[in-house]
Order: sequence, then C-alpha cells, then structure tokens
Amino acid sequence: MSGPSTYQPKSALGRWFEARLPIGGLVHSSFVAYPTPRNLNYWWTFGAILSFMLGAQIVTGIVLAMHYTPHVDYAFNSVETIMRDVNWGWFMRYAHANGASMFFIAVYIHMFRGLYYGSYKAPREVLWILGVIIYLLMMATGFMGYVLPWGQMSFWGAKVITNLFSAIPLVGNSVTTWLWGGYAVDNPTLNRFYSLHYLLPFMIAGVVVLHVWALHVVGQNNPDGIDVKNVEKDTVAFTPYATIKDSFAVVVFLIFYAWFVFFTPNYLGEPDNYIQANPLATPAHIVPEWYYLPFYAILRAIPDKLIGVCALFGAIIVLAFLPWLDTSRVRSGKYRPIFKVCFWLFVLSCLGLGWLGAQEPSGGYVIAARLLALYYFGFFLVLLPILGLVETPRTPPASIAEAVLRGKTATIDQH
Amino acid sequence: MIRLKTLGLAALLAFGAASAARAQEVKTPERQSWTFAGPFGHFDQAQLQRGFEVFRTVCANCHSANLLAFRNLSQPGGPSFSESQVKALAAEYTVHDGPGDDGAMFDRPGRPADHWVPTYANPEAAKATLGAAPPDMSVLAKARGYETPLWRSLIDVFTQYQEAGADYIYSLVALGYSDKKDPNHNDYFPVAGNHIAMPKPLSDKQVDYADGTPPTVDNYARDVTAFLTWVAEPKLEERKKTGLRATIFLLIFAGLMYFTKKRVWADAH
Repeated sequence: MSGPSTYQPKSALGRWFEARLPIGGLVHSSFVAYPTPRNLNYWWTFGAILSFMLGAQIVTGIVLAMHYTPHVDYAFNSVETIMRDVNWGWFMRYAHANGASMFFIAVYIHMFRGLYYGSYKAPREVLWILGVIIYLLMMATGFMGYVLPWGQMSFWGAKVITNLFSAIPLVGNSVTTWLWGGYAVDNPTLNRFYSLHYLLPFMIAGVVVLHVWALHVVGQNNPDGIDVKNVEKDTVAFTPYATIKDSFAVVVFLIFYAWFVFFTPNYLGEPDNYIQANPLATPAHIVPEWYYLPFYAILRAIPDKLIGVCALFGAIIVLAFLPWLDTSRVRSGKYRPIFKVCFWLFVLSCLGLGWLGAQEPSGGYVIAARLLALYYFGFFLVLLPILGLVETPRTPPASIAEAVLRGKTATIDQH
Repeated sequence: MIRLKTLGLAALLAFGAASAARAQEVKTPERQSWTFAGPFGHFDQAQLQRGFEVFRTVCANCHSANLLAFRNLSQPGGPSFSESQVKALAAEYTVHDGPGDDGAMFDRPGRPADHWVPTYANPEAAKATLGAAPPDMSVLAKARGYETPLWRSLIDVFTQYQEAGADYIYSLVALGYSDKKDPNHNDYFPVAGNHIAMPKPLSDKQVDYADGTPPTVDNYARDVTAFLTWVAEPKLEERKKTGLRATIFLLIFAGLMYFTKKRVWADAH
C-alpha cells in the first residue's frame, strides 16, 4: 500500500492481469515485501490478532443475523433458539459474545503498547488518530450489540447510556427522543441498533484499511523507538518473518479465546441478561460491559451530570491529542525512566477505575474514583507535556541493528 | 435529566432494599459438587430423569419453561428418554392450537415438537392466582447468581466456575427455608428482606423415585437443579467435548507454529 511495486507475476496470465489491475503488486508490497523492523517484540502481534478478531466477529455475526429477530417480543427468545435449535448456534453465539470481549482485550493491549513505545509520535499521528476512531466505532458497535439479546442489562444499559445525551443543554431531551425513535427505549430503538450494529463493523473494516495504509506509509514503530536507517540491516521482510510470528501469536490467542467460548462462556456476562427485558423492573445494580467500566467510573465520579458526560467522552477524545501532548523527543518509554513509572501508574489507574465502575457509587468508592480519574486526566494533560521537558532520557541505540545486537549480548552475558 | 434522576432513584431504592436485606443477612450459597462442572463436565442421565420428575410434579405446577420442547427430552446430552416415552408424555398434555380450517381454535393432544405446556397461560394469569408471577424456568440456571469478591472471581476463571446459578437454586430450595414460623422466609433470597413469594416447595417423600434414590428434599433439590441446568444449557456436553478437542488441536498447532517460527527466524539473526 505504499507506492508502485516492483512485483512481477511469474505466469503469463498473472502478468496480463497485473498490467490491467495491479492487485498482486498491492498485496505483494503490503504483506510480502513490506519491511518490518527486526527488533519487534510480541506486543506487536496484536495488530494481526485484532484483524483476525474483526474477521471472526463479522463471520459469526453474519450467521447470527440470519437467525436473529430484532423485535422486542421475539429478540430474547430468538437468541436462545439460536443456542438450542440452530446447528452450531451455541458456538456462533458464544463465540460472538465472547469475541467482543476478546476484541477489546486485544485492542487495550494494542493501545497500551502504542502508548508505552510512543507509537503515536511523529510521523505516526494520523495512524494513531485513525486508531482512536476505530476504538470509538468499536465502543459504539459493542454497546449496540449488547442491546440486541434484549435482556435486563441490554435494556437498562441502553436506557442509561442513551440518557447521557439528555445532559446536552437545551436540545438534550429532543436528542434522546430522536435516538430512541420514541419516548422510551422500545422496538424502534432495538431496530435501529440492530441496523447500526450490522453497519458499523464494515465502517471499522474501512478505517482499518486506512489504518494499515497509513502504517505502511510511515512504517512500524519498534520497541527502541528509532527510525529504520538501513533497510538491509534493520528490517526483515513481512513474509515470512512477520507472517509466521503473527500467525503463532494468533493461535496462542485462540487458545485463550477458546477457554472462554467452550468452558466459561458466561463468565464475562451478567446473569441478569438472561432475564428478558422488563421496562417496569429496574435491576438492583446496572453495570455496563466490562470494557466500558473505567469510563463509567469516571462518569459517576462527577456529581454534575453534564460535566460527568463531558469527562466520559473527554477521556476518549483526549487520546486523539496525545501526539501533541507528549513533548518528549525520545519515542520509546524504554529510555524514559520517569515516564515508565507514570505509565505503569496509568495502567493501574485504568484497572482501578474498571473495578470501581462495577461497584456501588457510594462513599469511599466515589472518592477513589475521583482520585484515579484525576490521575487519568493528569497523565495526559499535565505529566506528558511536562515530562518531555524535564526528564533526561537515556540514549537509545544508534540503529535497530545495534539494538538487536545489544539485546543479544545482554542475553549472552546473563548465561 | 429528570428521567435519569428517577432511574438513579429507582436503582438506589432497589439497592436500599438489597442492603436492608443484607442487614438481615443474605447467605452466600455454598458451592456444591456437580457432574456438569469443569472441562470434563457432563450430565448424569439418571439424575436428569429424576430431576424431570421433580420438575413435572412440583415446579411445573406454577412455573413455565417456554423454551423447553418435549422433543428435547429425547435428544443426546439430556435426560435421554426414548422417543416413544416422549411421545406418550407429550400426549398427556393438551395443546390449544388453531385456527383450524373452520376458523375456530381447538384443543389437541401434545406432540414431541410442542413446547412445554404451562399451567398458566401467561404470567398475568399466574400472578392473579398465585399473587406473584413465578419466573420462567427455561434459562433460570443462567439467570441467577450471587456476588463474589474480586479475588474469588479471578480464581473462578481458572477453575472454570460457571455453576453460580445451580448453587443458588439448590441452596434456595434445599437450605433456605430456615424459619419455621415464616414459610416465605428464605436465607438466600437477595431482595425484599429475604421474603420470597414461593413458600417451601419441597418436602420428603413428595415425589416417587423409581430408581431407589432416597426421596429426600436434598436429593430432589440436587436433581431438579441439574435438570434446570440442562434446560438452560442443553448443549453443555457438546460444548465441553468440542472445547476439549479444539483446545488439544490448538495446543499442537501452536507448538508447530512456534517451532516453524523459530526455524524461519534462525537465519535472520
């Protein structure tokens, strides 16, 4: 995806076709000849894992859509009927429901990796922002997908989240009514969520193409955060090197995925969602899916609704400004001693917020959520801009080849 | 804005009720040993057959199970009654069907393809008679659980603990009715201050067991819980068997991929 290719098909038919539509060259330059830094570690395999998960979600989702009925009276039972009467339906449904969680686990690892190694810094700003857009689309898709089984959490989750928009001054209530397609979460809401839940994954796929395109123009970052200087010495070809490494990582990830699908399929879900939606019975404890919990905790940490909603969305939007908030000239966190500590505290604060998002919003929990939310925003808005100016980073190796050699001697020394 | 506030208030009230109940001590179910737990989990056919007997003669008097079809009872991975037994059983029930060619609704004997025939036509009818609508039992074993502390949940994912619903149902039915004076008090019922609308449903010798299993409340509760777990997850055996095969395949595949990767990268350094 990066400019004209030198690819020459071997067969005459291939050359004839290539002269008319150079798709072979596109594939060759993107996934065969494309140079990848030699020093990539296994955290760099999550891009491939995410591509696999998107494919898996689309395939299982299309099959489920063939049997699902988007109607408030039938949706709940149609999902259960899929599990009982459709061949392999139990597998499709559990693979899809747990697949969403796997997709988010992988995307969070992918994002933290980018954050640690400074993958958002010049010249990868657009690449990073495309990633933030994919993440936003994933959140919307996941949310609407969770509504479709029309259980108690589906319904009340939908109600709480759509109600957030009523915080908008003046037009809030009109916006909420417009989103619902009526004066309550009802059949029109379920129908439009189903329609959008089917549409958004293909939009994600489109932005993924842009994301990969942008990646292949600027090249991958690497654990040492240094540029490729000598293609011969610093890189290896995507195929076979990255292909085989990524495939191995995908298979290992599949073992993890299979554990949930086959043995603990309801571990990440809520028992309440196996009770059909009932607008007259509020569950004692409304919790969103685990992947939204940190943001849910931020929302509830703030007593004012409008500011809370702004903080909720701000916590995601701030990611898009990351390339300009971080002032450090050194990319990789590996060579930034203070940043490293702040980064791991940031990871802990996200996990802490996630846990707090599932607790009752009262007493000590709210205070803890406020402190962690403060650190969350402080990390982006205060620490990253200042650290780059005051921190003395260690000197990264001069080249990737040197970094690889350095790593090797280090391991030899240890033996 | 107002709507969300009401919502929050409702949630708060519900939580208030739950905390009030906590003050009266809601007991956490004891974890039982089930044949269907863990990676090699499977149902005990004889237990499911006994459980069905309890379900049919006791639970089904009030509860519906709309997703359960008679034919399911003879399918593999379940109680595995014979097809003729299922046919005879279905015929004992009357199904309201139609309209027929004359435009009128009619009653006919049940067939294996029919779904379980509920005692009450709808939840409203049940509520009118019983005072509260009993929950449908189709997925009840998946729809119940209890809160566990974080550390326990983290262990549960490794031990593949998925029987929270079963442990809850067993405890509620077999152990929860501890107050001799109040037949509606249940130690495990988490809302409304331990007040459950269902009075103690089981007593010794209530159901005849053909296979010589002692007719005790404890056995009834265990057997019917196993049966309800099967009703909620009729593909559980198939799922776990497929899972074992898939995992073994993936482990071998991952091993091969690892060594191929090593071989390919050997000349890169």
